Amino acid sequence: MMLTRESLLNWAMIAALLIVPLAAWSLDEPFIITLATKAAILALAGVGLNIALGLGGLISLGHAAFFGIGGYAMGILAAHAQNYEPLFEWPFLFEGSNQMPLIWLVAVVFSACAALVIGALSLRTSGVYFIMITLAFGQMLYYFAISWSAYGGEDGLSIWVRNEFPGLNTLDPIQFFAIAYVILCLALVFAARLARSPFGLALAAARQNEDRVQAVGLTPFTLRLTAFVISGAITGLAGALFADLNRFVSPTMLSWHTSGEIMIFVILGGVGRLYGPVAGAALYILLEHLLGGISDYWQIFLGVLLLLIVLFARGGLIGAIAGREKAHG
Amino acid sequence: MTYILVLEQILNGLQLGIMLFLMAAGLTLVFGVMGLINLAHGSLYMVGAFAAAAVAGWTGSFLLALIASLAAAAAAGALMELVVIRRLYRRDHLDQVLATFALILIFSEGTRWLFGSFPLFLDVPSYLSGPVSLPGGIEYPLYRLTIILIGLAIAAGLFLLIARTRIGIQIRAGEADREMIAALGVDISKLYTLVFALGAALAGLAGALVGAIQSVQVGMGEPVLILAFVVIVIGGIGSIKGALAGALLVGMTDTLGGVFLPQLFALFMDPASAASAGASLASMLIYILMAAILLVRPSGLYGGSA
Repeated sequence: MMLTRESLLNWAMIAALLIVPLAAWSLDEPFIITLATKAAILALAGVGLNIALGLGGLISLGHAAFFGIGGYAMGILAAHAQNYEPLFEWPFLFEGSNQMPLIWLVAVVFSACAALVIGALSLRTSGVYFIMITLAFGQMLYYFAISWSAYGGEDGLSIWVRNEFPGLNTLDPIQFFAIAYVILCLALVFAARLARSPFGLALAAARQNEDRVQAVGLTPFTLRLTAFVISGAITGLAGALFADLNRFVSPTMLSWHTSGEIMIFVILGGVGRLYGPVAGAALYILLEHLLGGISDYWQIFLGVLLLLIVLFARGGLIGAIAGREKAHG
Repeated sequence: MTYILVLEQILNGLQLGIMLFLMAAGLTLVFGVMGLINLAHGSLYMVGAFAAAAVAGWTGSFLLALIASLAAAAAAGALMELVVIRRLYRRDHLDQVLATFALILIFSEGTRWLFGSFPLFLDVPSYLSGPVSLPGGIEYPLYRLTIILIGLAIAAGLFLLIARTRIGIQIRAGEADREMIAALGVDISKLYTLVFALGAALAGLAGALVGAIQSVQVGMGEPVLILAFVVIVIGGIGSIKGALAGALLVGMTDTLGGVFLPQLFALFMDPASAASAGASLASMLIYILMAAILLVRPSGLYGGSA
């Protein structure tokens, strides 16, 4: 593998995301570990979106839907488990679960199904229609969650104890961080292999020239729908982890601000860069922490920064450091 | 359930539809002429509402408040166009989405910084408060009726402006072929600023009018913005006629669904679960409507080519 400046930067980032919480752990600073965990989980959501956005060129403003479905999968399963109320009794008795692997599976399956339906409808259109329709479907689920009083409605759903993972103590911040970090790394490896696979190449080709892809006998719709489903599933997994981090899920996870924020992670880092979401999420958490300490209105600065990046530095953080020649986006 | 209740709800639906039209008209004009998707349109709605609340607080005059909302939103829109938006016309939709999302953050937090987090209240003036009797024995709030009439007048004015005036010709020409009208000597950047400010003023007026019914607060524009998106997706992006049809359809569906679905469900469910199931479905109804229309016509009711 050739060590370009970008791949060096990628290794440095992924190492820093490991070293910072380890250092915080040895200095007994659990808050910093939690911040790093949050960054890792949000980066995972961004990695999911980036498969649709960077690779497929699908500007989805509705990824909060999948993030929130993942969150509610965790909330609903764990709430039933903690209250000993069966979730359903037929065809077999199921009392919910507080086991992370099962929760993740449910989160991934449900967000993938939602992505299949939303994607199948939205991908009939393109361009600005696609943006607005994904936004509208996200909002639909948001209002549904608000009116769904059985699971907290507008107030959301709290879980008393973090869910369990076999062999680990998830209440220990560093161990929960390890879970999030390993999943993030796996997702990055997966995304990298996906981008280089025949499917990934065909998807990127469909983004660049739809007619030619059709002419060689591939169906852009199927390629994009597959990418959208994979993308939604990864973001859904991130949602389940995020809800577990906070031990709380609420309709806010489904709101379109969340969609915008996930998109910001991707953009701050650099569109189409594999590690862009990692850089973006880390920068976002850093800004939130540093600027949030200075002013309650820190999002003004975030807005200005985002505006400057969009207008003048289109490669994002990675583009600014590594140069723009290597972006596969 | 009486027919008076039904008529009242139809009027409420009409009122929501007209307000959505004021929002959607600006969005669809800006998209049609400049090819720009503007998420910050909801911020202009909020600017109008805050300007109206502030001026009504200082002067006590509702009319001045409405004028202030138009002026403030148009000024904010023109400024937004000159500083940021005009750099985005040649960019792809992703850049437009992000830059206008950034504008929302700046406008929302800026307004919170200026006015605080507590909602402001804009009172309906005494000469417009109270009910009015309509033919057929309906008692309907005078203010809501006034909103409907103002909205209809503006819709008519907008259609005339676009169909009959020189500016309207330029706007339509701009939708059809940007390069050509620039080549014919129309100052295209001035036209763009004008169209953007016009859309902004309509959004600001809608914000002020609705602000007197609801409270004036940060973030008030966003639910309306998303409804306006649904409206123009249904109507066909770029079409004013489509925006009007879509707005009325969405306004009616949302209002009537919210009232009548729970009652419909109560026919075959117990009252409590009918209320919650009805409310849940009603909140999703317009999106289901949108999905259904897209299945039949992917570019909206009046959309030519997407």
